[in-house]
Amino acid sequence: MRDWSKFALLGAILVSLLVSQFIHLDPYFSIVVVNIGINIILAVSLNLVNGYTGQFSLGHAGFMAIGAYTSAAITSFGGPRWFDWLGGINAFTTSTLFVVALIVGGLAAALAGLVIGVPSLRLKGDYLAIATLGFGEIIRVIIQNTDAMGGSRGFSVSGIYTTIFWTYSVAAITIYVVVNLVHSAYGRGFLTVRDDEIAAEAIGVNTTKYKVVAFVLASFFAGIAGGLYAHFIGYLTPEGFGFMKSIEIIVMVILGGMGNTVGVIFAAILLTILPEVLRPVQQYRMVIYSLMLIILMLTRPQGLFGGLTWRRSTSWLRRKKIPLEDGSAA
Amino acid sequence: MEALLDLHECTVQFGGLTAVNALSLQIGPNDLVGLIGPNGAGKTTVFNIITGIYKPTSGTITLAGSSIVGRKASAIAERGIARTFQNIRLFESLTVFDNVRAAFTMRLRHGIAHALWRGKPFLKEEREINAQVLEILSIFQLEKAHGVACKSLSYGDQRRLEIVRALATRPKLLLLDEPAAGMNPSEKDDLMKLIQFVKEKFQIAVLLVEHDMKVVMGICQRIVVLDYGVKIAEGSPEEIRRNPKVIEAYLGEETTPPAPTP
Repeated sequence: MRDWSKFALLGAILVSLLVSQFIHLDPYFSIVVVNIGINIILAVSLNLVNGYTGQFSLGHAGFMAIGAYTSAAITSFGGPRWFDWLGGINAFTTSTLFVVALIVGGLAAALAGLVIGVPSLRLKGDYLAIATLGFGEIIRVIIQNTDAMGGSRGFSVSGIYTTIFWTYSVAAITIYVVVNLVHSAYGRGFLTVRDDEIAAEAIGVNTTKYKVVAFVLASFFAGIAGGLYAHFIGYLTPEGFGFMKSIEIIVMVILGGMGNTVGVIFAAILLTILPEVLRPVQQYRMVIYSLMLIILMLTRPQGLFGGLTWRRSTSWLRRKKIPLEDGSAA
Repeated sequence: MEALLDLHECTVQFGGLTAVNALSLQIGPNDLVGLIGPNGAGKTTVFNIITGIYKPTSGTITLAGSSIVGRKASAIAERGIARTFQNIRLFESLTVFDNVRAAFTMRLRHGIAHALWRGKPFLKEEREINAQVLEILSIFQLEKAHGVACKSLSYGDQRRLEIVRALATRPKLLLLDEPAAGMNPSEKDDLMKLIQFVKEKFQIAVLLVEHDMKVVMGICQRIVVLDYGVKIAEGSPEEIRRNPKVIEAYLGEETTPPAPTP
């Protein structure tokens, strides 16, 4: 038995490299494409918490902000020294600097996720939602009052490094991590926490640990998404990471179908494109957008792809399934 | 004989209410003990302090010699106490197969890093677990239904699946909370056979809370009777059946009927 997921990941990274090298999109179109990628990272990672683990978090934008500001600080303040040290600005020095900045931004967000998650994940349902909402706002207000990072005036990022390659490589890694985690014996723990915490504890699943792991992992990827966003937009304001951004990501998760990665990816694509497609009708744009959300929720309350699984929708990709004793497959 | 589970003078108070009062109870390694009592006698509270959902106000609980008071429910499950619930608690969005597979998470050799890298040792362990899940499902004739959503099983099968899931944690002690609730007489007969089969096949101790006297009297070696949180009797089914205190707790005090008025 071979596991093909690693090859799929490599393939996805390779394709995104080829696309960014050889296909030249006009600037407007590439903005939309990169935004789609960033939203995929955000939605797929939040889905691990809200969908698979069943913990309703409303603070995802806060972790994105931490990643964005941390990585922006590294490239802006540490960048010049880095280039001096490694001998000038070239493809190698910028990409190593960018990767380091992204990872450190992700780790900073993960650390914040740990600090916030440990106390607040004791809460359930609405209470957890309110607590994470509060923490998200605290992060925003702290940034607003940090003069070194521009405060409410905003922060100008020194380098625009984010490309389709970086965005979609990270998106592929996020999908790889979430899907592989959930489809392992270890990852079944997340689903048991969602379904019934008391029963999960009774079979030896440490529910606190699983909730914190999901929360920290999701925060890490939100932080990286923030870093990508920062080095793409080039200008950060604390208002961009408010409560509405969290809601936007949650809508993608719910619309795609909680705990359904394929659905969430499609919802992220759809909800990023929709406002762009509706640009010609200007003043009715948000009305139509909201109406479509309402209609979708009324007609498919389980989400766009609710009931459809990653395994089922990609089964044609795999020649062999996990063999069981009786020759069938799980 | 060394007791597997030893409750010593356990008391549970909720505010001013004493739910369990100075209860002492021993269960041996391969005992089948019944815990009975009228509604509100504190039976489920006893289950909850053994499995770590509540902490006893005072008293000690030891499992195979080491104390389990104050530990997390998952840590107690790891030490070998499994349970089922009065109102069935299956993982509703998971299949029959995955419900049982979830019980293996606590003894995984490979953690999160292996789940992401998916190397040979990880895949081997996944295969081993899959085989073990199918094996235990087939012991209970549920292997045909392994891919089915667990909520589409019949009521009796859901009860059975819950027991299978508990057994998959390889417990030393199995606690069954009213397994016969809502079953018809023939299902109850099957359940009695099943409990005895489980005890013999897996060589474990079973503590059974049950309202149905036929089930309790039929299979338990020893019965403990609770009333208002106090142990009022303990003994073999025969002794319990004749015990005046038990009869009083269940049927009320015996009074001389008033003389018929002419």
